[in-house]
Amino acid sequence: MGKSLFEKVWDAHTVRTLSNGQTQLLIGTHLLHEVTSPQAFGMLRDLDLKVAYPHRTFATVDHIVPTDSRVEPFADPLADAMINELRKNCAETGVTFFDMNTGKQGIVHVVGPEQGITQPGTTIACGDSHTSTHGAFGAIAFGIGTTQIRDLLATQTMALTQLKVRKVEVNGSLRPGVYAKDVILHIIRKLGVNGGTGFAYEYAGEVFENFSMEERMTVCNMSIEGGARVGYINPDEKTFEYLKGRPYSPKGEEWEAAVENWKSFASDPDCEYDDVVVIDAADIAPTVTWGINPAQAITIEESIPTVDSVKESEKAITAEALEYMKLEGGAPIKGTKVDVCFVGSCTNGRLSDFEEVAKYLKGHKVAPGVKAIAVPGSQIVDAICKEKGIDAIYREAGFEWREAGCSMCLAMNPDKLIGDQLSASSSNRNFKGRQGSPTGRTVLMSPVMVAAAAIRGEISDSREVFDIRETANA
Amino acid sequence: MALEKITQVTGRGVTVAGDEIDTDRIIPARFMKCVTFDSMGEYLFYDVRKNEDGSDKKHPLNEERFQGASILLSGANFGCGSSREHAPQAIYRYGFRGIIAESYAEIFFGNCTTLGIPCFIATKEDIAKISAAVDADPSLEITLDVENEKIVFGDQSVTAVIRETAKKALVAGKWDMIGELKEAEAEIAAVAAKLPYMAK
Ligand code: SF4
Repeated sequence: MGKSLFEKVWDAHTVRTLSNGQTQLLIGTHLLHEVTSPQAFGMLRDLDLKVAYPHRTFATVDHIVPTDSRVEPFADPLADAMINELRKNCAETGVTFFDMNTGKQGIVHVVGPEQGITQPGTTIACGDSHTSTHGAFGAIAFGIGTTQIRDLLATQTMALTQLKVRKVEVNGSLRPGVYAKDVILHIIRKLGVNGGTGFAYEYAGEVFENFSMEERMTVCNMSIEGGARVGYINPDEKTFEYLKGRPYSPKGEEWEAAVENWKSFASDPDCEYDDVVVIDAADIAPTVTWGINPAQAITIEESIPTVDSVKESEKAITAEALEYMKLEGGAPIKGTKVDVCFVGSCTNGRLSDFEEVAKYLKGHKVAPGVKAIAVPGSQIVDAICKEKGIDAIYREAGFEWREAGCSMCLAMNPDKLIGDQLSASSSNRNFKGRQGSPTGRTVLMSPVMVAAAAIRGEISDSREVFDIRETANA
Repeated sequence: MALEKITQVTGRGVTVAGDEIDTDRIIPARFMKCVTFDSMGEYLFYDVRKNEDGSDKKHPLNEERFQGASILLSGANFGCGSSREHAPQAIYRYGFRGIIAESYAEIFFGNCTTLGIPCFIATKEDIAKISAAVDADPSLEITLDVENEKIVFGDQSVTAVIRETAKKALVAGKWDMIGELKEAEAEIAAVAAKLPYMAK
């Protein structure tokens, strides 16, 4: 019987079985950011331990960096202390640091792939739950806690329990105006926020095969929102094409050998999965969340659920969500007034996201009273957008164009919601208070849907706003 | 790297009464913007211990007679809420070396074990008995006997439970994975050598 990519990568990285029955797994690539790592370096110092494989750890700064002004010291002394601590830790231990002056800084899950650090058949961990993003390359990648960061720094290994594998197959072709973000929101809605607990998701089928690497990253990124700590896609020619020539990609003779090696990790055709879910791409429409977790999602054409309309087990959370979101069950989501619009984050802050929106944004203006911000996922994304004049299109439409960082995705930098503002956001979490105000409201959607909301000043169907039509062969 | 075998912990006690004491209460979210866990101890129970101006509220940890206590007594589902490692760190760094409660949140329990803090599960009645004794005499020595799963205080003792996996780990000096992980240095290097991307 064949093996899945997950099993192959797991086997290739297994060091031994530990006394508690867990596996000691080698983690080849360790990514760091400023929020969860300084304490781990502190623990190392307390234990008088060294970083074992400093050349396999890569750091950047994303969560706390301001996106308006980069003048240091930052206005927030704590943010300032955190970035300086990371600088110091990297310098002392020999860890590579993509600092702001390198032109390569950005959200850690954008930087890894961009630099060619993220590679097929590897194991990757980072003190951040959206590390699953890197699975788009056929890597086994997951988020870890601070003590595990310490374990990785000290030994390049950690104690883990093996996951089961669920194949999530999406067949057919997507309708126009439907994006990777809609696909993953649809999957999470179908399988639930905890549906993936204990599983790695293998995304398969024509839709993912046809996706670009950036679209694949959007999907893998949100695996964790469906409870799956790991999500991946088997590597193919697109994967290799993307990696070719990147700074950390193998070069010269090594390249051919690497590609052969990478191919060998793809799931065997005869491998058996612990579970298989099949979805028809034609069933997916532009999707938005209405509640306080990413599974509380509906298509733009649907009405917000009422407490009466949902299963008994969901009544309490539905009532809680409606109250928090100040939305009325039974009303359409379309037409809900928005205050803030955010294009960015490790889910949708890559070049193709900005390009796709720019295609439609020309000639439109952000509605009066709406604050719209575009935040590139990395300095490289920012530079390419500027080269192509994409930032100008956003600015002309009335968006603010910011510096690279996590920005509005979470409340650790100056970009925050105020009061009960409602935000149309291309990020990945709509938890209570996630965007910085304890009463702030988040509606997740694709970047093009965010742009449509910005222009109309209310949640809208981007296909209507931008005249995106079903073509005859769609 | 040899870790201390934690077979028993002895110290004075203090009770922070109540059920469902969550990690936000233990360490408010705003103190998570920090570079080390070193100062976490200062912020333990901050919002219930301190007024906005930094002056003390009425709280057992602020009472002179309980200063230096290292055994924390509480209620049910202690440590629920977010998985932040800052909470057990705050407890440890404040000076606590053992906890007695009716029950614990899962992740919190695991985090405490990794720090070498035995988390004893006792009945409400027994916790009340120990609390009363501590209240009557704050200098009373309490011993958490991990090996024999009992709590001795003064001339009294009660049986209490510590989860089997945690007990094993503490008694064997393997409560922190790092020790065992480090033992395999040669095996790690061997696996790394087979993976081309691990090369320098
Ligand atoms: S963009 Fe958001 S989800 Fe992604 S790493 Fe930053 S804070 Fe986390």
